[in-house]
Amino acid sequence: MAHLSLTNVGKTYGGSAQPAVADVNIEIRDGEFIVLVGPSGCGKSTLLRMVAGLETITEGEIRIGERLVNKLDPAERDIAMVFQNYALYPHMSVRDNMAYGLKNRGERKAVIEERVAEAARMLELRPYLDRKPRALSGGQRQRVAMGRAIVRQPSAFLFDEPLSNLDAKLRVSMRMEIRKLQKRLGTTSLYVTHDQLEAMTLADRLVVLNGGRVEQIGAPLEVYRAPASTFVASFIGAPAMSLLDAHVENGQVMLEGHALAPVAHAAGPVTLGLRAEDLRLTSGGVPMRVDHVEELGAQRIVHGTVGDQALAIIDTSEALLPETVHLGVAPSRVHLFDARTGRRIETATQPVAVPAE
Amino acid sequence: MQKIKPLDHLILILGALFLCVPVVMALMSSTHAAIDIHSNGLYITPGSHGAETYTKVLTSRGGFTGDVTGLLMLTNSMIMGLGFAVGKIVLSMMAAYALVYFRFRFATLIFWAIFATLLLPLEVRIMPSYQVMSELHLLNTYTGLIVPLLASATGTFFFRQFFRSVPDELLEAARIDGAGPVKFFIDVLVPLSRTMMSAIFIIMFIYGWNQYLWPLLMTTDESFFTLMRGIKSILQVWVGSQIPDYNEAFALAVLAMVPPVAVVVIFQRMFIKGLTESDK
Repeated sequence: MAHLSLTNVGKTYGGSAQPAVADVNIEIRDGEFIVLVGPSGCGKSTLLRMVAGLETITEGEIRIGERLVNKLDPAERDIAMVFQNYALYPHMSVRDNMAYGLKNRGERKAVIEERVAEAARMLELRPYLDRKPRALSGGQRQRVAMGRAIVRQPSAFLFDEPLSNLDAKLRVSMRMEIRKLQKRLGTTSLYVTHDQLEAMTLADRLVVLNGGRVEQIGAPLEVYRAPASTFVASFIGAPAMSLLDAHVENGQVMLEGHALAPVAHAAGPVTLGLRAEDLRLTSGGVPMRVDHVEELGAQRIVHGTVGDQALAIIDTSEALLPETVHLGVAPSRVHLFDARTGRRIETATQPVAVPAE
Repeated sequence: MQKIKPLDHLILILGALFLCVPVVMALMSSTHAAIDIHSNGLYITPGSHGAETYTKVLTSRGGFTGDVTGLLMLTNSMIMGLGFAVGKIVLSMMAAYALVYFRFRFATLIFWAIFATLLLPLEVRIMPSYQVMSELHLLNTYTGLIVPLLASATGTFFFRQFFRSVPDELLEAARIDGAGPVKFFIDVLVPLSRTMMSAIFIIMFIYGWNQYLWPLLMTTDESFFTLMRGIKSILQVWVGSQIPDYNEAFALAVLAMVPPVAVVVIFQRMFIKGLTESDK
């Protein structure tokens, strides 16, 4: 167990001028669960593989504990990795799969057996120890892959989209299992996913990546409540935050000529961010033409347009909706972004509540 | 229930007969006396001389020096077949491993160069190969018989394709598990290649077993006679009024068929098992 520190880490592939990962600075505390999240091609997997030692580091430093690991082999870094397609050795039994790394380290037989037995007990794999991976279901294989990581008792776990090959239901239960296991073992973890829901539920802290750069680092709720840019705003939360062109006039956000909420910001064009769950249907306010409604049972998502800008609202009533509805929002739930750079504009009316950890 | 189509069956039966009858004829004829075969042609019914013919073929001493037995020829052919199959598998696996997993310049070019040698049959390079072996004083040795033909473009090609289909994550998992290049090869790739190895073993064993020209050229010592040469030499003794020992030639031919058939039967099971066990 150890802390992990990434300092100005960057990676440029040979033959390309554009860095795949640039200027990443993350300090990961001992025992912390960090999720790297971003769309595909944002460099999150590359970053993880650099920590693992599977990709060379072209810039910056990575330290695990106090050791500089830039030049070390993956096996010497004292990490364990769980792959998306499990990467179990198909010709070895579950037991041998878990024991292989320890054997290569020259661990004593008794120690190997004890650790494998312990991991198998924890992951409920005991009845399957002598089976080959192909005789296991997807969820069981994923467990074996985790068992292989656990038995090594590494300083850090690295997860590379470990749940994306599982079906939706299993994904939810495995997600909880991973979280519980990590809490219990207290091992520092770095987890890569493109699924923002997975990221929100698992992470102590999120690292949102875009185009190889860090957009925002923070606790899930912090990122959700105060996204640092339009990119983060549109990526975190479902349905995605609606981003609209608006402008500020006389201390009011004006959307298509309608005053929406008071803000303390100089007049001028802004990008307005509105979460579907923060918007309410009201009797007066900004009119929206209803385009279509997604019924989800407990709630429904109403898609519509204000002027010609698309917008979504979550509505919990079951009443028939008129063609045009009016919507309102609490001033504290209005997000403003710089119209040009997309960076967040902090306004006085937006106290950000950060939950105690 | 599918309708039985008489015509289809007829074609299949004819095809099967076409392939089986010569083999049956050889087997049956080998149990008759040479003189009967010479006067009556081939037989399709068993004769009464089977046991003595086969005993004679296996144990009687022949050749110019008079100490070549069928058993010795069988052993030699076996050494050739096994030596070829094992040697070619080991060599081409290692070559393919280097080509696929080690990033060196011109790897693809080297691969295609190796692949291009497929176009050159043994006969094209037989003289230079002979000269090299002769200057190394390896004529009349098993080494000389086997080693020059071990480099296999076919094997290298098949193993290369196979290794490329092994997911990269497996290599990465092995690296994290602390397996170096040699360990990864022996602990992961070799066990995974079992199917491929048995397929190549079948092909190469038969290739080595059936070698005729190369042993003919490389060995003058009769103790290196292979079965293929033995069959030929029996039929070569048509001198004066002597009748060739057809029955013995047939018996040798039948004997020569047994090991390749055995190899195919044994390895085919593994081969098919490997094919049906999906996912790597």
